[in-house]
Amino acid sequence: MSEFLRQYLLVAVFGGLAFGLVAALIGAASLFRPSRPSTGKVENYESGVDPVGSSWSQSQIRYYIFALLFVMFDVEAVFIFPWAARLEAFGFFGLVEMMIFIFILALGLAYAWRKGVLRWA
Amino acid sequence: MTAISDRRQLAYVASQAAEARVNLELETEGMTLNIGPQHPATHGTLRIVAQLDGEQVIQAEPIMGYMHRGYEKLTEVRTYPQVTTLVNRIDWLGSFANEVPFILACEQLMDIEAPPRAQHIRTILHEMARMAHVTLFLGDLGVQLGAITPVFYAFRDREHILNQIESATGGRFHPNFDRIGGVKDDLPAGWIAESKQAVRKIRDFCNTIEDLLFGNEIFQARTRGIGVIPADIGLSYGLSGANIRASGVDWDLRRDNPNGLAYDKVDWKVWTHPDGDSFARSWVRLQEVREACNIVEQLLDTLPKGPIMAKVPRIIKVPEGEAYVSTENPLGEMGYYVVSKGGLTPFRVKIRTASFNNMSITPWVLKGTYVPDVITILASLYFILGDIDR
Amino acid sequence: MDPYLLDGVDFGDVVLSVAKAILAFVICLVATMFMVWFERKVVSRLQNRIGPNTSGPFGILQTLMDGIKLFFKEDNIPKEADPFVFRLAPYLSLIPAFLTFTLIPLGGDFNNGNDGAVTVFGRETFLQVADPPVGILFFLAMSSLGIYGIMLAGWASGSKYPLLGSVRASAQAISYEAALGLSLAAVVLVTGGLSMNSIVMQQAGEGFGGIIPNFNIIVTGFIPFAVFLIAGTAELNRPPFDLVEAEQELVGGFHTEYSGIRFALFFLAEFMNTVTMAAIIVTLFFGGPAGPAFLGSTLGWLTGMFWFLLKLLVFLFAFVWFRASLPRFRYDQLMSLGWKLLIPLSLGWLLVLAGIRVARNGDLGIADSAFGDTLIVIGVAFAILLIGMYVLRSAMTNARRDRLIAAGFNPREVN
Repeated sequence: MSEFLRQYLLVAVFGGLAFGLVAALIGAASLFRPSRPSTGKVENYESGVDPVGSSWSQSQIRYYIFALLFVMFDVEAVFIFPWAARLEAFGFFGLVEMMIFIFILALGLAYAWRKGVLRWA
Repeated sequence: MTAISDRRQLAYVASQAAEARVNLELETEGMTLNIGPQHPATHGTLRIVAQLDGEQVIQAEPIMGYMHRGYEKLTEVRTYPQVTTLVNRIDWLGSFANEVPFILACEQLMDIEAPPRAQHIRTILHEMARMAHVTLFLGDLGVQLGAITPVFYAFRDREHILNQIESATGGRFHPNFDRIGGVKDDLPAGWIAESKQAVRKIRDFCNTIEDLLFGNEIFQARTRGIGVIPADIGLSYGLSGANIRASGVDWDLRRDNPNGLAYDKVDWKVWTHPDGDSFARSWVRLQEVREACNIVEQLLDTLPKGPIMAKVPRIIKVPEGEAYVSTENPLGEMGYYVVSKGGLTPFRVKIRTASFNNMSITPWVLKGTYVPDVITILASLYFILGDIDR
Repeated sequence: MDPYLLDGVDFGDVVLSVAKAILAFVICLVATMFMVWFERKVVSRLQNRIGPNTSGPFGILQTLMDGIKLFFKEDNIPKEADPFVFRLAPYLSLIPAFLTFTLIPLGGDFNNGNDGAVTVFGRETFLQVADPPVGILFFLAMSSLGIYGIMLAGWASGSKYPLLGSVRASAQAISYEAALGLSLAAVVLVTGGLSMNSIVMQQAGEGFGGIIPNFNIIVTGFIPFAVFLIAGTAELNRPPFDLVEAEQELVGGFHTEYSGIRFALFFLAEFMNTVTMAAIIVTLFFGGPAGPAFLGSTLGWLTGMFWFLLKLLVFLFAFVWFRASLPRFRYDQLMSLGWKLLIPLSLGWLLVLAGIRVARNGDLGIADSAFGDTLIVIGVAFAILLIGMYVLRSAMTNARRDRLIAAGFNPREVN
């Protein structure tokens, strides 16, 4: 195991413990809890009346363009982190480079804003 | 030449067909959502069937009647003095205010006028009912927006007013205190001083709520410009009370038609707001609680001495005839149309409640709003289920 | 990186690892249960109520009792649900919540240039479950994973209110995660490292004038902290951003169809995330276990733990306070807040901060002392905040006027 991965040893142990806890709780509960199924209980909740139609229908998500922008900005963050950690080393040159990079991205955001996709139609 | 244009046409048709297929695949169906009758935001059993597109409401329809108790019919088998016990339960938060218009209608038919002291006491209790009612609205408004604290303050401070109503009438929620020709009892000793203290508590509450809620930026963002009802639309749907005053219509039955109540003997103001949005409706109600405090304080100072009952026969028979009397109740205009055939019981009573008309505008005002705004608008229109369904 | 893991792993190291993990696991669970009780108690007092007072002294066992009750409740899976994903969602929600907790330094002595390591069984180790070199990225990854639990829970329920809740959850996630990450970039900028331990070490030690601590909230100029606090609250789905489970609108939101122990697990995850987020804020912006240096560290590593818990409590209280006093946003408002304010603000501020630091380094030869540097940072930050406030207020007024005009009104200013 490399030094880098060794640091994650405990994270893995912890994750295992967490998984074990959840599984144990759900498993143990299934032994103790009552089970009296009825048709009314498995009905979907819809404010106390019989549900109208199915909810497995396609519905309009108004923010898919936000989602596209989000991917862009999240990838951007990945580039920014290493730069930020090494700023002193890159100095003035790095700053200007990053400014250009962020400027282009901000231009994209401004364009989207101007086009009105940041508004709910 | 023709071949090329044919091919173009063919390509065009093909592209159209492909697009149509894609559109069909991506077609979103409207979703029908039942908001209520078992829903935390409908304070009772109102049901709103909303057609949603995402979270936008395309069409909303209120379905009422889950709590219909048939009071109009029940009154026909009660003697006149017994009716107040029933109608008390219509708008359960402002119970005393429900009794007043019915008694006034009977008095009008019998041609009796209550003595001035009784009129004062009626007005005081009427305004106290308004305070108890609208303080709860102000608290509940916060709850509907996700701020749960105001409602607890509302319940705390409302208690002072309910205590006063209880010590005067014997009932916290259902006083049943108004009588044809006057009121049941005189005020107990020391009541005036205690009431003044209770009114001060309500004033403090109004200031607290104004700081806590009305000044909050999120609250303003959630209510300003939301659920706007222009004056003409509001009037055509028959809105009344604070809902129509918030659309800039200067209309208040307390000032315009103070029959049998002492509103003309005090100095007060009718508040209006030009915006007609959820914020305006809430704001007008807040001001009205303050105004109710003014009215009660002045009436307590000028309470005349004298009898509390006019001369009324022991067995009440209302002469033949019909009368419609309405007063400005906490929710809006509440009126009773009483038809008498001269017997011991009314022949027919038609009750005009404010909430029923206020609710009827929901399909118009909810169209095009978002689900969170539905809740805000319903809260700001302020209805009591008992008052809708009777 | 944790010192004892640096060269080779022997049996003793493994024992220590497991012991540490179990201890931290228990601390995490106890802290979460405490938080549930604390929230209910504090919010009750703020709302003129008493709150839990029957189970145990001051009702402190209330959480346990609730857990036991839910443990014995029947478990329902709606007939329209997707059973596999429905069962999977609680795992996805709770496990990332646990994993984030591993990053937090819980104590240790950071004064006088110490790195907070303590000696256990002759091995040097941090009071922190793990210290991966990319701690911040790990935190971001885990907090994003937690959203999947909520999203899938709502989607898999096959019911309308939960569906709306899950749609909102994803909307919230895409609006705030970018701002969350970008505001952390400022911390990385001043620290030069991504590991939690190095961030705490950076903040420890003599501050300006020996009294003002060297915490990141001051060094990064307040704006990243404000952005992180808002975005973090949104990430937690806590009021005023609790749209995902907005009771008045969506009944229970994503967990409407959940019952019994599965519901309890969502509940647990939510509060665990709250504790963890408060701890992350404390670590990244308030020095974590590093106390004000001039107060010394008489108790050794316990001093660090004392400072950490104290700061943690302040933020836990702040989260409860938000809940008690703020109404909820509408979710298009929430998205515009994220996209039109927080992201541009954190990006712009990152550049300003980088500019100031590069200038200090002598490339442009303006400022030279660390104190002067920080003064500039704070000055610029407050100027930007003031301008921002003015712009925001005028924007709100304009928007309101536009809406009223659109509704056919002739607006006059009232009130």
